Amino acid sequence: MTTQLPPGIQLETVDDRIMTLNVGPQHPGSGHMRLIIKVDGDYIVSCDPDPGYVHRGEEKMAEYRNYIQNIPHLERPVIHDSCNILYPYCLAVEDLLGIEVPERAKYIRVIASELNRCIYTLYWLAIYGIFLGHSTMFMWPAGDRELFIDLLEAMSGARVTHAYFVPGGVRNDLPANFEERCLRQVNYFEKRIKEYQDIFYQNPVLRQRTEGTGILSRMDAIRLGTTGSVLRASGVDFDLRKKEPYDVYENLDFETQVLKEGDSYARSLIPYLEMFESCRIIKDALKKMPKSGSVRTKLKPNPKGGNDESYRRVESGRGSLGFHVISNNRPEPYRVKISVGSFRNLICIPYLLKGEKLGNMPAVYWSLNYWPVEADR
Amino acid sequence: MSTIAPEFRLSRFIASLTDIIFWVLLIFSLVGLPLVFILLFYIKLPVVNGQLLTPYLAMTWMADPSRTIPIIKSLIHTEFFRIIAFPGFGFAALFAAGTIFIERKFLAKIQLRVGPLYCGKIEGILQLMGDGLKLISKEIIIPAKADKPIFWVAPLLFVGTAAAFASLIPVAPGWVVSNPNVGLLVVFATIGFFPIIVVLSSWSANSKWTFIGGIRALHQMISFEIPLILSLLGIVILTGTLNLTEIVESQQHYWWIVFMPIGAIVFFITIIAELERIPFDLPEAESEIVAGWLTEFSGMMYGLIQLGTYLKLYAFAGLFTVLFLGGWNGPMVWPPFPADIITNGITIGPITAHIPGLPLFDQDMLNGTLWFVIKTAGVILVILLPRGVFPRIRIDLLLYTGWYKLIGLAFINIFIALGLLYAGVLGHGGLIQ
Repeated sequence: MTTQLPPGIQLETVDDRIMTLNVGPQHPGSGHMRLIIKVDGDYIVSCDPDPGYVHRGEEKMAEYRNYIQNIPHLERPVIHDSCNILYPYCLAVEDLLGIEVPERAKYIRVIASELNRCIYTLYWLAIYGIFLGHSTMFMWPAGDRELFIDLLEAMSGARVTHAYFVPGGVRNDLPANFEERCLRQVNYFEKRIKEYQDIFYQNPVLRQRTEGTGILSRMDAIRLGTTGSVLRASGVDFDLRKKEPYDVYENLDFETQVLKEGDSYARSLIPYLEMFESCRIIKDALKKMPKSGSVRTKLKPNPKGGNDESYRRVESGRGSLGFHVISNNRPEPYRVKISVGSFRNLICIPYLLKGEKLGNMPAVYWSLNYWPVEADR
Repeated sequence: MSTIAPEFRLSRFIASLTDIIFWVLLIFSLVGLPLVFILLFYIKLPVVNGQLLTPYLAMTWMADPSRTIPIIKSLIHTEFFRIIAFPGFGFAALFAAGTIFIERKFLAKIQLRVGPLYCGKIEGILQLMGDGLKLISKEIIIPAKADKPIFWVAPLLFVGTAAAFASLIPVAPGWVVSNPNVGLLVVFATIGFFPIIVVLSSWSANSKWTFIGGIRALHQMISFEIPLILSLLGIVILTGTLNLTEIVESQQHYWWIVFMPIGAIVFFITIIAELERIPFDLPEAESEIVAGWLTEFSGMMYGLIQLGTYLKLYAFAGLFTVLFLGGWNGPMVWPPFPADIITNGITIGPITAHIPGLPLFDQDMLNGTLWFVIKTAGVILVILLPRGVFPRIRIDLLLYTGWYKLIGLAFINIFIALGLLYAGVLGHGGLIQ
C-alpha cells in the first residue's frame, strides 16, 4: 500500500475472508444499538456490541429534581416496565425518608408490578417472534398486552407511563370492582398464553433453530454476572422475589422457574413460564389483600433525606434492577445510581455469538432479554 | 401545517370537469385512436354479412352493433390477446393482485387483525392500487457504487422471466400462450434463470446485505432445483410426454397426486423454497440481513420485483395444478349458452336484436378456466398458510432438508412411478384395464 493514510488511522491486518457488518443502529434486527459483527462466510468470528445511542443522563437528571419530581422521568428508560423500574427507587427513598407503607399499598404494588412484568414480557416476546420471522407471534402478544394495559390504565390513568408508584405507597386507590375485573382478565390471559405453546414454543422449526444455539453454561453465567431470565435459564435458582423478598412477596405463593439447558430456547422459555407465575401471584395477592385502608402515607412537602444512603433492588422483567440513592440533607438526592439487568446481560453477546452462524444472531441476541434504552439509561 | 380544504365553488368544479373532459378527448383522439388503428391493421378481421371488414369499416362498430361481437371475437383469438390478456400476462397479473389482497386478509385473520380496511370502502379492496401508486410516485435511489445498467435491468428481467414462466401454463383446453412439446424442460430452464438474475442484481448493488442475500438465494434456489426436477420425473415417466397440455389431458380420470403423493409433497416444499416464502425466506431475512437481495431497491423497482414474485407464485401454483391436480379437468358445471339467443336473438320489449358471432367463448373453455382458477387459488392459499404458522428456518437446516431429505424422497417417488409402470398398473395411456 502506497496510499497515504490520514494521520491517526492505521490499517488493520484484515484477512480477506472476513467481512465486517454493522448491525445497527439503522437495522431492523438491532435495537437502539450497534453490533459490529465480523463474519467468515456464515460464521461469526467476533461480535462487538456498541451501546450508548440512547443515553439520556437519567442519573444526572435525578440530581436536580426532588424525590417526587424524579418519579416521571426515572421510568423513561423502560416505559413498558415502568412500575418495576420505579419500584426500587421508591423502596430506597422510603428507607432514606423513613416512611412506612400501608399494607394495602404493598399488595397493590405487587399486583401492578406483576401486571407490568407481563406487559413487558409480551412486548419482548413479540419482538422475539418477529426477529425469528414469525409474524403471528408478533401480532398475538402485541394484542394480548391490551388486557393488562387496560387494567393498569384503570389503576393509574395512563396506558404506558404510569408513574403509579410513589415513595409511601401508590398514587391512588384501586377503582371500584377492580378485583372482579382483574380476576376475569387474568383468567382469560392465562387461557390465551397457553396457545403460544402450540404456535411458537412447540413449533418444530423454532425448536430446530433455537435449541442448542448460544449455550451459556452455569459457571459462565455466574462469572459474567448475568441476571434474571438469562441466569435462571442456565440453571441458577436466583430470583430476588424469593432470595431478598421485598414488600409482601414472602407471603405470596409462587415458584421460581429454572431450566438447565442455557440455550436460547431456554432463555426464551423462562419469561414465558414466569408469566404463569405472575398470574398466580396476582390471583394470590387479590385474595390476601386487605379490602380497605389507606394506600399512601402522606409525605411532608419537599421532604429531605438524612445524610444517608440506601441500595434496594427488585426483580424486573430483565433481572435484578437496583437503585443506589445517596442523600445529603437536601431535598434532592446527592447521587442516584441505577444498576440494570439489561446492561449486565449485554456482556454475554460477544461470548455467545462467537462461532455461531449469522442466522442465529437475532435468536441469541434477543433471547438475552436486553432492552437497549434501559441499558443506556 | 394542516391543509384546509378550499371553499367549494360550483363554477370551479364545472371548469375542472370540462378541463378533464377536454384532455381525455384530446389524448384519446391523438394517441388512442391511432393505436387502435395500428392494432386493427395487424389482426385478421372477420367476415360480417359477406363482407370482409377493413380497419375503416371496423371502426364503425360504434354505429353498427352487429359488427361489435365478431370484431371482439376476432380480437380474442389473436396471439396478441393471448400474450397480453387472457392466459398470459394480464390474467397472471390479475391473479397476482388477487393473491396479494387475499394474503393480507388471510394473514390478518390468522393474526387477529383486520388487515387493509379503509382504502376502497369494501374491506380495503383498493389497498393494492394505493400501494402501487405510492411506489410509482416514490423516488428511485440508486446506490452510488452500484453497477448501474445491470442494477436497472434486473427488476425488468425478473418480471420478464416470471411472465415467461406464467405464459407456459395451460389454463383451458387450447388456451395457452406457448405450448412447446418439451414444455416441462422449458419450465426448468425458465426457473434456472431466477438465481442468475438474483445474483446479478445483488452483486451489482454493491452492498454487503444484498451480497449476503444473493448468495443465500443462490444456495437455496440451486439446491432446491434438483429435488424440484426430480419430483416431476415420476409424471414424465408415467405420461411419456413433456408437453404440459398432454399431461393435463392424461389426468381426465384421476389426478397424479393420487399415485404420487410423495412427489407432490416434495414439489410443494420446493416451490415454497423457490418462491422464498416463509419458512424459507432466508434471502430476505429481515432481522439478519435487512431485506437481503432487495435491500437497495426502491420505488417502482421494488414494486416490479414484488410483481415478479407474485407472478412466479401464480405460475408455480398453476404448475402444481397442471401436474398434480388435473389442470382444467372437472365436472361440467358451467351452464351452456342459451340456444334461443343464437337462433332468435334477444328480445327487449318491441326490439329484437340479432347478434351474430355469439357465444364469445365456448363452454369447455369457460368450465376449464373455472376449475383451473379454483384449484390454483386453493394451492395458493396453502402456499400462503405457512407464513402465519412458521418462523424462518436457518441456512444449514435448509440445505440439509434440500440435499438429504427432499432428494431422497424424490427418488422414492421415481421408484414408485417406475414400479407402477412395470407392474402394469399404469401405462402411457393411463390405467391399464
